[in-house]
Amino acid sequence: MNLTLKIWRQKDASSKGQMVDYKISDISEHMSFLEMMDVLNEELISKGEEPVAFDHDCREGICGMCSMYINGEAHGPDRGVTTCQLHMRMFKDGDTITIEPWRAAAFPVIKDLAVDRSAFDRIQHAGGYISVNTSGNTQDANAIPIAKEAADTAMDAATCIGCGACVATCKNSSAMLFVGAKVSQYALLPQGQVEAADRVKNMVAQMDLEGFGNCTNTGACEVECPKGISLDNIARMNRELMKASI
Amino acid sequence: MSGFFKSSIGRKVSMALSAFFLMIFLLQHLAINTLSVFSPELFNEVSHFMGTNPLVQFALQPVLIFAVVFHFVMGFILELKNKKANGAGYAKNNGAANSTWFSRNMIWSGLTILAFIALHFIDFWFPEINTKFIQGDWSGTVQGVEGYRYHEELVHKFVNPARVIAYVVAFVFLGLHLAHGFTSAFQSVGAASLRKKLEKVGVAYSILIPLGFIFIALYHHFNH
Repeated sequence: MNLTLKIWRQKDASSKGQMVDYKISDISEHMSFLEMMDVLNEELISKGEEPVAFDHDCREGICGMCSMYINGEAHGPDRGVTTCQLHMRMFKDGDTITIEPWRAAAFPVIKDLAVDRSAFDRIQHAGGYISVNTSGNTQDANAIPIAKEAADTAMDAATCIGCGACVATCKNSSAMLFVGAKVSQYALLPQGQVEAADRVKNMVAQMDLEGFGNCTNTGACEVECPKGISLDNIARMNRELMKASI
Repeated sequence: MSGFFKSSIGRKVSMALSAFFLMIFLLQHLAINTLSVFSPELFNEVSHFMGTNPLVQFALQPVLIFAVVFHFVMGFILELKNKKANGAGYAKNNGAANSTWFSRNMIWSGLTILAFIALHFIDFWFPEINTKFIQGDWSGTVQGVEGYRYHEELVHKFVNPARVIAYVVAFVFLGLHLAHGFTSAFQSVGAASLRKKLEKVGVAYSILIPLGFIFIALYHHFNH
């Protein structure tokens, strides 16, 4: 496949960026999108040019690091995948592909396609945990009876990999799908209920402080989420906050 | 609790609560207007009751005005906050791939409805306030019209085709606003399962309410 790539290039956080065109040829349809980016970078390095900076880690679709906005969609046109699991067979020979970083005021660009998602870490630190004494007498979690449906729904929420596609996709740059998933995975389980009120209050307060927008229920995040996190988690977070505030 | 309404989620919930009130109001407004097609006498009686009943005039009407003003002021505040949260924006963004046009453009359908409310107030509400509260005439009658004046005034407004077109366009946008707003309000208050159960009701509501108002405007235009 021969392709034209339009890629956002930005030297560093304080520089002004721009879209730059690149031609790339002999790309196999079996390559992943990141492998195609690797080929481009090798060509750029061999020409003495600066390679395109982009986040990646596991390349198995579970770490949530790869974060490109491809042809106007988070992680590109495929559903239920991260960018590393997007394959070039989703594109046609001669295509022009636009590649941009996640865009949100709370996700500033570090360089090229890499953005700073530490706002998610700070939201997690605000309450996305349970306080357990691990001195040696900790009760086995499997000894606590939990209804199958609650366990399954909590597990579904816990599959969120914190990639930020929800924020990138949302027209309001809202982080409510992420925070909703994190609140839900604990709220549904007995271990999480002890600190439930403080957790939701603190996590929502941190989310607002980071400058994420307000959810307007378009549902775009649910469609683009590589892990299929449900909008139900946002509704559950809303209920949890109402309950905690009364 | 005051902290709750200052949070992003609290603002969403307050938008939804005002929306619930406005959606109930639309239902009763349409029900009364529909009477104008079937029975001018009954429409006059009900209009006179609504226009002179102290509970409606001094309790429900201020709540309604508060709900309308609150809904659009909060809508603007949220839109501005969301724009600020957006950052630089994309060179290419395919919103149609994951969401409906009307869910992404609530601000535009809302602004069209706001412009319509201004016209609607000039047409009906301001003259009514002038007659009752400034001139002090609570009789519901006017010289040259037998019985109550409400039906005659309503029909007279829809003689002008430009006004009818403006009303029809506004109702189409009202339908688009409701197409997202109805289920969105349930989601915002945390009623996700109710949102799914009422999806078809929402579609029916967002089509039938505007269609009813459009029918009434056209009916009076062609039957005056």
